[in-house]
Amino acid sequence: MTTTHPAHKTSPPPLLAGFGITKRFGDLVANQNIDFAIQPGELHAIVGENGAGKSTFIKIVYGLLQPDEGHLEWQGKPVTFSNPLQARAMGIGMVFQHFSLFEALSVMENIALALPPDFPKQDLSALIARKSAEYGIPLNPETVIADLSVGQRQRVEIVRCLLQEPTLLIMDEPTSVLTPQETDQLFDVLHQLAKQGCAVLFISHKLDEVKQLTSRATILRGGVKVAEVETAKKTTRQLAELMVGDKVKGITADTKRKKGKCLYEVRGLIRPAFGPFDVALKGVSLKVHAGEILGIAGIAGNGQSELMSALSGEWRPDQNGMLFTEDTDISRLGPTGRRHLDLAFVPEERNGHAAVPSMTLSENALLTGYDEDGVVAKGVIQFDQTLAMAQRISKMFDVRQPSDDPLASALSGGNLQKFVVGREIMKSPRVLIVSQPTWGVDIAAAQFIRNAMADLARQGSAVIMISQDLEEIFEIAHSIAVLNEGKLSEIFESSKVTAEQIGLLMGESHDLTSGQIPPKTNRTSGKERGAS
Amino acid sequence: MFDDLLLTVLLTSIPLILAATGELVAEKSGVLNLGVEGMMLMGAVSAFGFASMTGNPYIGILGGGLAGMMVAMVFAVFVLGLATNQVATGLALTIFGTGLSGLIGAPLVGQAIDGLSALYLPILSDLPIIGVLFQLDALAYLAIIIVAVVSYVLNKTKAGLILRAVGVNHDSAHALGYRVLQVRFLAVCFGGFMAGLGGAYLPLVLTPHWAEGMTSGRGWIALALVVFASWRPGRVIIGAILFGGVTILQLVAQARGWGVPSQFLSMMPYFATIIVLVLISSRGRIQFGSPAHLGKNFLATR
Repeated sequence: MTTTHPAHKTSPPPLLAGFGITKRFGDLVANQNIDFAIQPGELHAIVGENGAGKSTFIKIVYGLLQPDEGHLEWQGKPVTFSNPLQARAMGIGMVFQHFSLFEALSVMENIALALPPDFPKQDLSALIARKSAEYGIPLNPETVIADLSVGQRQRVEIVRCLLQEPTLLIMDEPTSVLTPQETDQLFDVLHQLAKQGCAVLFISHKLDEVKQLTSRATILRGGVKVAEVETAKKTTRQLAELMVGDKVKGITADTKRKKGKCLYEVRGLIRPAFGPFDVALKGVSLKVHAGEILGIAGIAGNGQSELMSALSGEWRPDQNGMLFTEDTDISRLGPTGRRHLDLAFVPEERNGHAAVPSMTLSENALLTGYDEDGVVAKGVIQFDQTLAMAQRISKMFDVRQPSDDPLASALSGGNLQKFVVGREIMKSPRVLIVSQPTWGVDIAAAQFIRNAMADLARQGSAVIMISQDLEEIFEIAHSIAVLNEGKLSEIFESSKVTAEQIGLLMGESHDLTSGQIPPKTNRTSGKERGAS
Repeated sequence: MFDDLLLTVLLTSIPLILAATGELVAEKSGVLNLGVEGMMLMGAVSAFGFASMTGNPYIGILGGGLAGMMVAMVFAVFVLGLATNQVATGLALTIFGTGLSGLIGAPLVGQAIDGLSALYLPILSDLPIIGVLFQLDALAYLAIIIVAVVSYVLNKTKAGLILRAVGVNHDSAHALGYRVLQVRFLAVCFGGFMAGLGGAYLPLVLTPHWAEGMTSGRGWIALALVVFASWRPGRVIIGAILFGGVTILQLVAQARGWGVPSQFLSMMPYFATIIVLVLISSRGRIQFGSPAHLGKNFLATR
C-alpha cells in the first residue's frame, strides 16, 4: 500500500490540498482524516465504492459541505468554501453525476445561471457556440435541455464549466451514462484541458477508465483514504482490491448452455409516444429462452422506460398479438395478470416505483408477494408472515438494514436495490424482467445482484435485463440486443460481438459520436476525430 | 352605454390582474399559495381601515399591500421554514384571512370612505370608446405597469432566470449555489403584497365600503387565472378581462332578463381553467411554462 504525504515538499505548492478532512453525519463518519493533493494540470482520480465517501469529499472541495475537521489549501494558502459560488470564483468547476440541469430551460439559460455575477457581459450565445466547437463538442445554445440526449446534456455541463476558465474541473462519475465512443471523446476533451494546465479530479469506480485517463488515484474505502497510487504502476485488479478490500469475485456468462424453450416473446411491438419526451417503440421484437439472460443495451432515453412499461404491462397495446409467454398471449394483461403467470418485474426507479419509500420492508415485500403462501389469509394480512418473508429476502440478499423492519427510505440505494431485486428473485419466476438492476449501486452489491440473476437463469428461468452498463451486460448476458431510438437491433450471441460493436450500435444516428459513425448520420460534427 | 360597460369590465379585472400577477411570481418560484382569497381580504380590510383613519386612499393602498404581505409571511414561515404541506397551509391561510379580516373589519362595517378617484388625462380621456382606457385610477395604471415589469424581469433578467430556475428544479438551483428558500420567500412576499393590493382595490375603487367576505371568490378566480394564463404575465391581463367580463355579463344577464342562468356564467372562469389544465396535462408541462417543482417543498439536507 503506497501512501504519499499530501503536500509534496517540492515547489510549487499543489493547486489544491486537503489536510485531515473529516466529516460526520450523526454517527456516520463519511470522511475520516483524509489528506489529499492535486497539482496543476494533473489528471487525478478519486476511486471508491458507493458509500466510500467520494461524494462527501468532493462536496467539501466544491463548497457544498463544510468539513468538521481539517482544512483546504488553494495554491498553498488556507481557504474555506462556504458555498459553491466561492469555490467557482476560485476557479473550481464541477460536472455532476446526476446533472444539475434545468430541463425546461434552454442551453443558454442553463449556462447563464451558472456564471458568476461579474462575468463580462457579452453575446453568450456566440460564446457557447464557439467554446463548444473549440473542444469538438458542438452545442446549439437555443435548444431546450429536455430535447437533448444524456451525452449532450453532459456537454452542456462541461461547457458551462469551461466558460469560467477553471483551473480545477471536478467530474463526478462522468462516464456512467456514455457509450464507449462518447467516453473516448470526453477523455480527449479532458486531456486537452490538462495540457492547458487545468487539473481534473475524476471520480469513478470504473477502474479501466481510471487507468486510461488519470496518472494518480486516491482510493477511499469506508470514508478513509486507503492509498494514493500512480495508476500506471497498478493493475486494474490491484486497484479493485484496494477499493473493495477483499478479493473481487468475477463471474463470466456461461455461454455453453443449451437453449431452452422460448419463455417470453415480443412480436413487432409498437407503442406511440404519448408526450414530447416519450420515445416511440417502432416494431420491437425479441425472444428469450429458458436459461438465457438477454441484455438490452442502449443509452438512456432511447425507449428503455417505454419498453419496460410494455414488457411489465403497465402500458398495454390496444390489440392482442404482440406479447407472449410461451403460448399465452399476454398483450392485454396488466402487471398483476402477468405476475400470476409467474413473470416478475423490477423497474428502474427503486424509490417510488419498485418500492414505496415511506413503507416498511415487509409492506414492500407484500406489495408484490401477496400471492405467497400464508401471507394473506382470507383477505387479512398476516403480519408475522410478511415480516418473515421480508427477513428471508434480506437474509438471502445480504440487505443491510438498521432495524428489523425499517422503512424502505432508511436503506441505502444499494441495499434497497438488493431488496427489490431479491423480492422478485425469491419467487423463482419463470421470467424476470429487470431494468438498470445495478444503477447507482456499489460494486459489491452490484456483483451480488448479477450473481443472483445468473443463478436464476441457471435454474431455468429467462431473464431480460435492460441496462446501460455494457460491462454488466457482457459479464452475465448470453445474448445482447441494442435499443436505439425506439428500435431494437437483432439479437447477438454475446460471445460473438465486442463491446466496441455494441457501442457503435448504441451511438448510431445520434450526433453524439461525430466522426466515428457512418457519415450519413453525421449531422452536426464540426471536425473529424480519430477513427475508432 | 357601451363605454360604461367597458369601464366596468376593466375595473372588475384590475383586482384579478393584481392578485394573479403576484400569485404567478410565487408559483414561478415553485410555491403554490392557495391563500390568495385570505390575503385579498386582509388587504381589503386594511386598505379600508387605513383610508378611513387617514382619509388618504393612497395610504390605504400601501396598508392593503403590506397587510397582504404580512399574512403571506406567516404562510412562508410555515411552508418554507417548517416545510408544511403547501396546499393545506394555503387553504388554512384563506380561512384565517377570512376570519381575521371579519374580526378586524367588524367596527368598520357601515362606514363610508372617499375612494380612489379616476385620473383625468386631457384629450386621451375624452377619446371615444378607447377613452375609457384613460379614465382609470392610479392603482389600475400601476397594475398594468407592474405586469410589464414582472414580464420583463421574469424573461429578460438574471434575477428572473434564477426565480424560474428555482421553480423548475430546486435541487439543481441549490447545487449551483442559489438560495432556494430566500428566493421563494421573496416571491411569496411579493405575491402577498400584490394580493393585498388586489384586495385594496375593492373598497377603494369598486365599492367604497367594507363588507365581510367582500372579495366573494375573486382570490380563487385569480388562482385559476394564473393557470389559464399558463404562467405568462401578458396573458394574465387578457384572462382577467375575459373573467372580469363574464362576471359583469352575469349582472347584465340578470338585469336584462336573458335566459342564461347567472350561475352558469359565474362557472365559466373555472370551466375555462379546467380546459387549460386538461391541455397542460395532455401536451406536457414544459411548453405551458408550468413550473415543474410547483408545490414541492425544498429541504436542503445535502
